[in-house]
Amino acid sequence: MLLLERRPVASSLMRWASPLLALILTIITGFVLFLVMGKDPVEGLKFFFITPVSDLSGLSELGLKMAPLLLCAAGLTVCYRARIWNIGAEGHFLMGALGASVMAVQLSASSGFWVLPLVLLTGVLAGMLWAAIAAGLKTHLHCNEILTTIMLNYIALNLLLFTVHGPLKDPFGFGFPQSVMFADSTLLPALIPGTRLHLGLAFGLLAAVAVWVLFARSFIGFQLNVVGQDHRAAAFAGFSVRRLTWFAFLVGGATAGLAGASEVTGPIGQLVPQVSPGYGYTAIIVVFLGRMDALGIVAASALLALTFIGGEMLQIAMHMPKAVTGLFQGLLLFYLLTCDAFIHYRIRRKKTALQPLSAAVTTAPQEA
Amino acid sequence: MGLCMTAAIRLKLENIVKEYPGCRANDGIDLTVGAGEIHALLGENGAGKSTLMKVIYGVIQPDQGRIVWNGHEVQVDNPAQARRMGIGMVFQHFSLFETLTVAENIALSLPPDEARNRNQLNQRIREVSERYGMALDPRRYVSTLSVGERQRVEIVRCLIQETTLLILDEPTSVLTPQEVSALFATLRKLSKEGCSILFISHKLEEVRSLCHTATVLRQGRVSGDCQPAEISATDIARLMVGDDTPISTQVTAAKPGATLVEIRGLGWKSKDPFGTSLSNVNLDLHKGEIVGIAGVAGNGQDELLKALSGEIRSGTGTISLEGLNIASLFPDQRRKLGVAIVPEERLGRGAVPDMSLADNALLTASGQGLVSRGLIRSGRVRAFSREVIRRFGVRCTGENNTAGSLSGGNLQKYIIGREALQNPRLLVASHPTWGVDVGSAVAIHESLVRLRDEGASILLISEDLDELYRLCNRLGALCDGRLSPLAPTSELHIEQLGQWMAGEFESGEVAHAVA
Repeated sequence: MLLLERRPVASSLMRWASPLLALILTIITGFVLFLVMGKDPVEGLKFFFITPVSDLSGLSELGLKMAPLLLCAAGLTVCYRARIWNIGAEGHFLMGALGASVMAVQLSASSGFWVLPLVLLTGVLAGMLWAAIAAGLKTHLHCNEILTTIMLNYIALNLLLFTVHGPLKDPFGFGFPQSVMFADSTLLPALIPGTRLHLGLAFGLLAAVAVWVLFARSFIGFQLNVVGQDHRAAAFAGFSVRRLTWFAFLVGGATAGLAGASEVTGPIGQLVPQVSPGYGYTAIIVVFLGRMDALGIVAASALLALTFIGGEMLQIAMHMPKAVTGLFQGLLLFYLLTCDAFIHYRIRRKKTALQPLSAAVTTAPQEA
Repeated sequence: MGLCMTAAIRLKLENIVKEYPGCRANDGIDLTVGAGEIHALLGENGAGKSTLMKVIYGVIQPDQGRIVWNGHEVQVDNPAQARRMGIGMVFQHFSLFETLTVAENIALSLPPDEARNRNQLNQRIREVSERYGMALDPRRYVSTLSVGERQRVEIVRCLIQETTLLILDEPTSVLTPQEVSALFATLRKLSKEGCSILFISHKLEEVRSLCHTATVLRQGRVSGDCQPAEISATDIARLMVGDDTPISTQVTAAKPGATLVEIRGLGWKSKDPFGTSLSNVNLDLHKGEIVGIAGVAGNGQDELLKALSGEIRSGTGTISLEGLNIASLFPDQRRKLGVAIVPEERLGRGAVPDMSLADNALLTASGQGLVSRGLIRSGRVRAFSREVIRRFGVRCTGENNTAGSLSGGNLQKYIIGREALQNPRLLVASHPTWGVDVGSAVAIHESLVRLRDEGASILLISEDLDELYRLCNRLGALCDGRLSPLAPTSELHIEQLGQWMAGEFESGEVAHAVA
């Protein structure tokens, strides 16, 4: 018989082996899945994982998808380290996109170096505003942030749909629910000329560096860690849990808001209903896969960006359904959470030899 | 199987082994308890006493070894079976529902047919409790009972089920000296009637006055059997801790100086209906003295500590530190003014288990130049942490050890050292040696005295009266959130302190109790 037994100390090897193990298991499951569907599994996995990154334009597309994931994940890392389960990056992202778009449309006639920063800042503030609602509900009314942030995501999505169907709708857009194309002065410059890769990736990498500094060097990062590990120790030390909660939410809102703003001012250039294919949700997987660590989330965001592009690739090349992206992401998270159990637990074979012996010894209860 | 040549032996354990991941809690333990014998099980925390009790009571199964009950080898699968066999156990932390009555609590542990007839049960509870001198009203709600009375409910619950072996886990740690005497009278009576008692304790004088025989455990093994009345407490202590550990510390007299802290009319209302509120606490602390607060657990000790640390700020009254009222300041602000706190819970409040010792230094010592402009100066943090480890003899491999990997005693030395190295003006320590090995306890006592001699005021909250009498120059007691008057230790008789612990310290109240 196998027993799941608690380890005396958490395994640090397993902490980092777990994401790799999850990736391997995902690939194996994908292999079986392709077989069952009657597709060539080697071909399928090649299209999913290798073809997208085999040339410069493919790599730049990867960077393009990485940017919003990394930005959202950086903010979520700050929240999750403090065990604040903010699921609202999607909502912050949509609000950031919406805010930046409103400002970009307003400033379409202006030019000057200040226009783009102002547009981005509006997006950041809109994301922070959305996060502030959840923060206030948590610190003042003790509302569970998981529920409030999920519901706020839906509100944000509907707000965005309302806007593109109404106030921001392009009057010459043949009735399509989308805004006008933004003026050049409000667009992010390309990072590599000739590709769609824009400054957003630089923002993402900077955010990852900031997260590293925050948790490796700063006292606020230490306080967030303590709050996450032990509320009572934080109260004993005199750290203000309320202030730290606000800090984490606002950082989460700011980075996701910037991601949304970068998306509309970057590759898209206008506000459309499908501005996010679920970046805010995928970023949650990125944070867990990246072990809430700065370098880890950079690697994990690249991997998950690949699932977006690989999924598109499979749709085109092998006529697979769109759901394949979500399926691979879900498999990855599922296996990761499973493998994470072995950080704190290990499997032990129970000594079965003792069992029949002691069973034989068991006699009827003795009455005194 | 039924060889009855050992009729007088109630319980015999042979070579009990129980292994947990990373530690062998019981390593081949033999133990024999005769009928009607009061048998002490002695040992420091972590010696394996609790594990052995759980084996006997069927809470856990041993990996090896035999349990012989009244001459028959048995396997105790669960506590229900143990109770059917006639084994009763009173845990250190009671398992009673506060919102139910005494009778309802007892009924819960009885077979359904016996529990159903409530009148008959009430009658039995009265009979049993009166027979053993533990008066109890079966209709009272447990929430209205004192800790001593709750213990009686637990014991009566065992006795009502025809118990022939009663296991008591540290029963006196929650009692006043008077209540201890009453409990001992009950236990002696039970013993005369043939009930065996297994008495777990680390208080040697109690064991010497009550128990017929004793088994001493050290690191999972039996380090000796003895008749405690025959040998001295020091000899027993030697068996408990081994040869190379100092057993106690010599404390020099204090030389109190000017007043440092004045607490006036401190009150706080608990939001929890079963919590303890503080009312009208008045207390002066002088520089260079240790003031002790005795009391049975749950009488406001934790609340007093939190009110002083700043974790509770919503109370009434004033706490002035050399004239400055700090009652509304946050913990970190108070720490900057020289207030240091050693809370009762080492892990999870005083230290974060999964963080390194260095990070745990930062938890409260950030004001010692360890942080500059929001950034951690990790070199200084490590140096501070190493200094604590070196000066206070913390046994570990370095400042990167996690707090959770240290033994209780070593972690406590680290926490006290962390606070002491910040040169506090006021140190409040709650149960600093609870569950700590004797060697560490001596080191902790020495560092408290050293801090006192450097001019700090120390408030020591403890349930260990020996500790309070040895270290403090003034003593008082908390009962139900009220503080007794304080008296110089040399003039305070233990009987008087016991009365204070029971709440008899206001003239009206005493008269009421007498009437």
